[in-house]
Order: sequence, then C-alpha cells, then structure tokens
Amino acid sequence: MSENIIEVKHLQTQFTRDDRKTVVLDNVSFHIKKGEVLGLVGESGCGKSVTSLSIMRLFKDTTGEITQGEIVYNGTNLLSMSENDMRQIRGKEISMIFQEPMTSLNPVMKIGEQLAEAIRLHLGYSDKLAREHAVSMLTKVGIPRPQEILAEYPHQLSGGMRQRIMIAMAMSCRPNLLIADEPTTALDVTIQAQILDVMKQLQADEHMSMLLITHDLGVVAEMCNRVVVMYAGRVVEEASVYDLFDEPKHPYTKGLIGSVPKIGQKRDRLDSVPGNVPTPNNMPKGCKFAPRCKEAMSICWEQEPAIAGVGENRFCRCWLYGEEGRGANA
Amino acid sequence: MRKPLVVVDGIKKTFPIDSGLFSSKKSVKAVNRVSFEIKEGETFSLVGESGCGKSTTGRLVTRLLTPDEGKIWINGEEISQMNETKLREVRKQVQMVFQDPYASLNPRMKIRDVVAEPLIIHSKLSVKERERTVAEMLEVVGLNSYHAEKFAHEFSGGQRQRIGIARALILKPKLIVADEPVSALDVSIQSQILNLLKDLQEEFQLTYLFISHDLSVVEHISDKIGVMYLGSLVESAPKETLFANPQHPYTKALLSSVPIPDPRAKRERIILQGDVPSPVNPPSGCLFHTRCPYAMEICRTTPPDLRKAAEDDHLVACHL
Amino acid sequence: MEVVNEVGQTTVVTLDKQSSRAREFWKKWKKQKTAFWAGFFILFLVLVAIFGPVIAPYDPYEPNYDATLQTPSLAHWAGTDEYGRDILSRIIVGAGLSLGVSFTSVFVGAVIGTILGLCSGYYGGWIDRLIMRGSDVMFAFPDLLLAIAIVAILGPGLTNVVVAVAVFSIPSFARLIRGNTLAAKEAVFVEAARSMGAKSSRIIFRHIFPETVSSMIVFFSLRIGTSILAASSLSFLGLGAKPESPDWGAMLSMGRDYLATSPHVVMIPGLAIFLSVLAFNLVGDGLRDILDPKTKN
Repeated sequence: MSENIIEVKHLQTQFTRDDRKTVVLDNVSFHIKKGEVLGLVGESGCGKSVTSLSIMRLFKDTTGEITQGEIVYNGTNLLSMSENDMRQIRGKEISMIFQEPMTSLNPVMKIGEQLAEAIRLHLGYSDKLAREHAVSMLTKVGIPRPQEILAEYPHQLSGGMRQRIMIAMAMSCRPNLLIADEPTTALDVTIQAQILDVMKQLQADEHMSMLLITHDLGVVAEMCNRVVVMYAGRVVEEASVYDLFDEPKHPYTKGLIGSVPKIGQKRDRLDSVPGNVPTPNNMPKGCKFAPRCKEAMSICWEQEPAIAGVGENRFCRCWLYGEEGRGANA
Repeated sequence: MRKPLVVVDGIKKTFPIDSGLFSSKKSVKAVNRVSFEIKEGETFSLVGESGCGKSTTGRLVTRLLTPDEGKIWINGEEISQMNETKLREVRKQVQMVFQDPYASLNPRMKIRDVVAEPLIIHSKLSVKERERTVAEMLEVVGLNSYHAEKFAHEFSGGQRQRIGIARALILKPKLIVADEPVSALDVSIQSQILNLLKDLQEEFQLTYLFISHDLSVVEHISDKIGVMYLGSLVESAPKETLFANPQHPYTKALLSSVPIPDPRAKRERIILQGDVPSPVNPPSGCLFHTRCPYAMEICRTTPPDLRKAAEDDHLVACHL
Repeated sequence: MEVVNEVGQTTVVTLDKQSSRAREFWKKWKKQKTAFWAGFFILFLVLVAIFGPVIAPYDPYEPNYDATLQTPSLAHWAGTDEYGRDILSRIIVGAGLSLGVSFTSVFVGAVIGTILGLCSGYYGGWIDRLIMRGSDVMFAFPDLLLAIAIVAILGPGLTNVVVAVAVFSIPSFARLIRGNTLAAKEAVFVEAARSMGAKSSRIIFRHIFPETVSSMIVFFSLRIGTSILAASSLSFLGLGAKPESPDWGAMLSMGRDYLATSPHVVMIPGLAIFLSVLAFNLVGDGLRDILDPKTKN
C-alpha cells in the first residue's frame, strides 16, 4: 500500500447550523498514488472543497467536524494527530492552493516576506538562503523580474501573477502532495492556460502528487490521470481519465459530460441534467441522483446503492451495474 | 436577406477615474470605435476576457450607458443620444438578462411582481390579466405558476435565471441582450439555460446579443461572433468561419487556450506571454502587440483598421 | 406540501414563508438581552403615555398648598413639588407630552430627510450638491443652538419645539438615506429596472426605498432618545412647554430652585429622562445589530 501517498477512507464530515446537523460528506473514499494527479470533479455544493478542508483539517472557527473515517497519509492517520503535529504537515508535506489567491495572501506583507517566512519555518533556512530559494521558486513559476516582485505587495500584481505566487509558495517546501482547489476558476482563459502549463511542468519535474479540485471538465481532461466524480457529498464514480471520458458509467457523469458544449462539435442541443442539486437538508431517500436521473428505476428511489467495481480500476455508485459489478471487484 | 435589427457604428465610451487626491485626471477607454450589425433572428456574441469592454458594449446598446461618440440604430431608430422619455418606447423592444441571478432580482419582491414589472411599466393590463400573463410566462421558461408567490431567495441559481428570462420575455421584445447569462451557473444547469434560450429564440423569433467569456458556450449558441480585446473589436465573423479559420493572433491564442473536455484531444497550444495591459495606459499602435507572437515594427506604431479578410463577412483588425 | 416540478424533481414547498422573516427577527431579537428588556421598558412607557391621564393617582395640575415639597411617602410615591402637586402623576402624564413631542418631531424629520436623501442620492448632480451643502450648513450649528434659534424666531410653545427638533433631525436623516441610496443605486436589480424602462419615481420607491428602511428604523429609535433630550432642554430653558405643564424638562426647570433643599423634585424627572433616553438608545443599538450589522462601528 506504500505506493499511495494518501488514502481517504469512509470520510464523513458534518456542519452544524442552528442546532441542526448536516452531513456534507458521507462515506467518501479515494486514494492518490505517488506522482499521480487525481481530479475531484463536481458542481457547487457537492462537497469537493469540504473534502480538501477535511484532509487539511482546516475547520477552525467553523462548525465543521469529521465524524467518521480515516485519512491515511504515508501510513499515519491524520485524524488522530495532534494539532501541533498537523501544523508540521500543513504547508510542508501537504500544501494547498485556493481559488482566490488574494484571500490567502496577506495584503500588508511584501511578497518576499511571505514567501521567506514559510521557507524559514518549514525548512529551517537562514534569511539569505530563504531569499535565494524564494527567487528560484518565483523563476520556476515563470515570474519575470523575481527580485523586484519580492519587494511588492499582493495588490500590485494581477490575478494571474498572484496565483503564480501562491503556487510558488505552496511548492517552496517541496510538498509530497499539493491540493489545488479551483486554482484557475477566477482567471481568464489565456491566463488559465499559462497557469495550467506551469502546474503541469512543476508536477512532472518534481514528480509530485496532486489533488486537483475543479468543476471544469476541460481542465480535468488536460491535467489529470484519474478522476473522482462527486455528487451530493458522495463519490459516484472513479475511473482513469480516459475511461471516464470514453465511456462514463454513472448517469450523472454522462449528463455532466454531455452538458458541456465542446468546440468543433456541432450539436443543436446540449444534453442536460434536469432539475437542481438537492440541498443537504432536502436529500432524497434512495440514490441522491434518482430525482434527476433519466435511467432511474424503482429501487433507486428506495435504497442508496453502494460504490462498487465496474471493471478494471473503475468504481461506480449506481444500481444499473447492480449485482454483476458487485461480485467482480468489491 | 434579413434586415439588420441592430446597427452599431463606431461607438466609444470613456470612463474617468480619479486615481487619487492630487494626481491628474485619467480615463479608461472602455469601448473604442466598435461597430457591428445584428440581423433579425440572429445571435451575435461578443467574447473576450475580463476588462475587454464587452459588457460595456452591451450596456451601450441597451442605453444603460450613453456613448461618447458613434451611433446605434435599433429597428431603424437612432438611439445613441435619445432622452429617457423617448427611450422608454425603445426599451419595450430591448430587454436584458443579467449575469448574476442572485443580484438581478429584487429580494424584497415576490416573483409575481418581479416578472410582472415590465408589464406594470409598459402596459395597462388589469391585475387579473397580468397574473395570467405571468403564469403563462413562468410555464414557458419551465417553472410552475405556483412559483409566483415565492421570493427570489427560495430558488436555486438556475431557477432564478429562468425567472430573469421570463421577466425579459414578458413584453415579447425583439432583442435580448444577455450579459454572461450562464457563467454563474453549474455546468449541468448551464446547459438547461442554453437550451432554453435556443428554444425561446425559435418560438418568439428573438434576436440575441450574447456576451460571454466562454468560447465553447459562444460557439454553441451564436451565428456570428465578435472578439474584443482592450475595448476594441479585433475580429468578427460567422461562427463557422471564426472557429475554422481564425485570422487574428489573439483569436487564435484564445481558441487554443480553451481546455477541451477530451483527454485524447491533441493540439497546438499558443500560450500568450504576460498579462492584459492596463486599459489606463494602453499600448501604442496595435493594442495586442505587447503579447503578440507575430508583432512587427508597424504594429508598435500604427493601430490596424478593421478590414475584410478572405470572406465577405469576416472582418479582422491586424497588419498581417 | 410536496410538488413535482417541470423536470420531475420533487421539491418541498413551504407555504408559510411570508411569516418566516418576522419569526427570524423575533428569534434574533430575543438574543439581544439588553435591547430586549429596554424594548419592554419602552412598551411600558408608551402604555403609560397613552393611559397616563387615567392611571395617574392625582390631578397633575391641581395645587395642594398643604403638602408642598414633600419627600416620597406612601401617599405620594415620588413626593410633591413646590405647589404640592404629586410628582408621580406629573411624570405619568408628562410621559405623553415628552414622547409625543419627540416622536412627532423625529417622524417629521425622518419623512422630510428621507425624501431629500433619496433625491440627493438618486439624482446626484446639482440636486445632490444643493441638499448636501444645505445640510453641511446645518451640521455646522450645534444641534441645540439651532433649535433655540428656531424657537426664538417662531416663539416658544410645544408646536414650535416639534418644528425645531424636526428641523435639526432632517440633515442627519438626509445624509444617512443618501448613503444608503448611493449603495442601493448600484444594485443589479436597480439596473435591471432601468433597462426595463422604469421611471425614476418607480425605481426610487419600489426598489431603492425598501433598501433604506432598516437603517432608517435603527436611526429613528436612536434619534428619539436625542430628541427627548433636546425637547426637555428647550422646556428647561423655558422655550418649550409652559412652566406649569407636566413636561419633564419643564419640571426640571421648575425644580432647580429647590435642588439643595428637596433634590427629589429634580431627581425624579431627571431619572425619567435618563431612563427613557437610555432605553431608546439600547433598543436602537440592538436593532442595528440585527437589521444593519454592516454599520456597526
């Protein structure tokens, strides 16, 4: 099992609001192999960001808590670690990039200070060494005139530049796992292309494992080796990127892929997934996707299917692949 | 040949900005000499990245803003400097759908009143007739008439955008200006709304001015496309021509930057260097020359004019 | 109620949504402990103001020269003044006067100020400059001095106190509402209404005005405290209520000669003013926390 950098097992996370407990993640399991880029796809509210926060245990000042499951990183369960030990993991072993870089950069601190701080803290470098390391990181992420940028403040930079800084910061301690939560969603396409290019390059150079959270199937197809599709706080499908796009199994995945307009493909109408995502307090009883599913059967309304193998290294949570799938790979 | 419903000729809009107490007054050329035509029943899209002036252009066409220069004809009437009283008649014909379905519906009004607002403003229908029309329109956009009694916050993003569309359609206008109508929505909901817009176009013979940053969405919905960069139109062509044979280097780079949801897709990606220049200090000559891989000497000095490329309908502003 | 909508999705339709906003408010209001109790005190004051003449144990105007300047006793819970009138009865009847004057004046000020603020914020340009320069001029006067000047011109009397306090409330309301209008004007739904061809009057009253109501309510309750104080001060100076009327300020004024010998004659109306101003301010702060959390600090 040592080839997996991280294994998330049966994770359940809940939030409390107005004395009401809401289960946001239920029985979420997946793993990331060393050097692999795993995509976590889903629409807003499906729990993909909460998954990343759960891994980092970033629930301070929120009502979020992990109620069940294990997150095994390099053989140790992160959930049983003390907050102090966890702080050693965060930023050094596992780093994170967020959608809006401005919220994670300190607006009144110079870029150089922020970068060097993290480096000194985690790698124990001297001031001079930390600064040199910072410059080399900025060069790596394609920032022109890195020496000058170090003396500037975040607001003086464009969105694309800030995201590069975030990547440089996240990568500066050579983490084993990088979690990127919608890293390019706030950016324009031509800038997105630049950032994806940088991330791909760095990932390949450092042979780093990555969890890429996104709603954009185009980004998934371009960046990932394997994909986990989430819906309503559950994993509904897991497959290699080729299998997923060639032959999606879960009706939701099919709908998702069909609803994206694709350049060069002439279609008069897009396939669409009817209806809306259910809210956590208004979950249907059986399969959470049944109300929107074109292929729903009577059992789907009654009982929630378990996730089961549906071929080599493929998993799907759907009654369509009922018994035969279950026997083969579960 | 169908006649043009919208003709925009050389419109300009400059916004003053005060960058500080003692610094000199600066201004941003948000829209600079933009011209295009939209034929009846056609969908014309403006694409470009943030700050390229596409939304400002949309607001000039609906006259939420007044152009500094240039002319706008809607259905044969010149409206660029028309006063508010006269504009009210034009506005019956031109309605808008906004990007943010959360902000564009008054949170204190019931859906019934939100959708009926254009009727209240422009018609003298009785309350009963009005309610019937609203109920009909809600059905048309795929909602139910009982939704009329609720408030906007009780709906999801996609449903709210349907409400916004119902409101825009209730006067049976000719032109709908849709400003990023699907960019705030999830993909599965996005496709519902795009399909709805297409169906409605057929049913009500609508003309769309569609504003979006998403090329794949634009390709799906448009007949003609205009690409904007830093306030100027750099290329405009029918959809097929633009995607098959883009002429402007910016259009080429933009097209190649869109991630394709197909892991087997192979293609040449043109990655542009640097960021979009600040519109406060736009570059001299061609606005794109600072990032253009093919920039020549002339590009640094002389701004190119929009001129015909290979085909009649294909206009491009490039020295190449 | 369960309803299956156009795309076959089941949604639960809650039919009692209208009342939910009120319920939400009540829930939050109960959590504002101090303001909650201050609110009860105001409710009590209002009841006293309304039923004052009925519940007062003595006639507040009838002198009783056998019992002048008595200290509080069982017969006269708050003692008597220099004419032997029961102070408690005067406070009770005076509540109607004081609250009435301050409420009317703030109301008049709020109505005029709101209209000016809406116009100023919405139209901008020279209208805005005119209104805002006008209120700057009024802000330059100390509030009370302005009120004194107005009463001096119009002559003393309660009606003129109302006018004076109303006038000095106008600029603060105008400025507050102008700020809210400027913010609301930028809302997308306002732009949407403009794109539909709505007239200015419709946009102002249907779309912008409702956005300003909550901060207006907050300011209104805070302002009532100020105006009780102002009206009392004017009466104290002899510019407001007639000296023999049971107005709290007038009672203070009458009693100050006996401050050394019978302090209760001054203390009791002083306490009434103090408590009611405090209560209105506490309620105002509580309302602000609920309705308008942005403007805190």
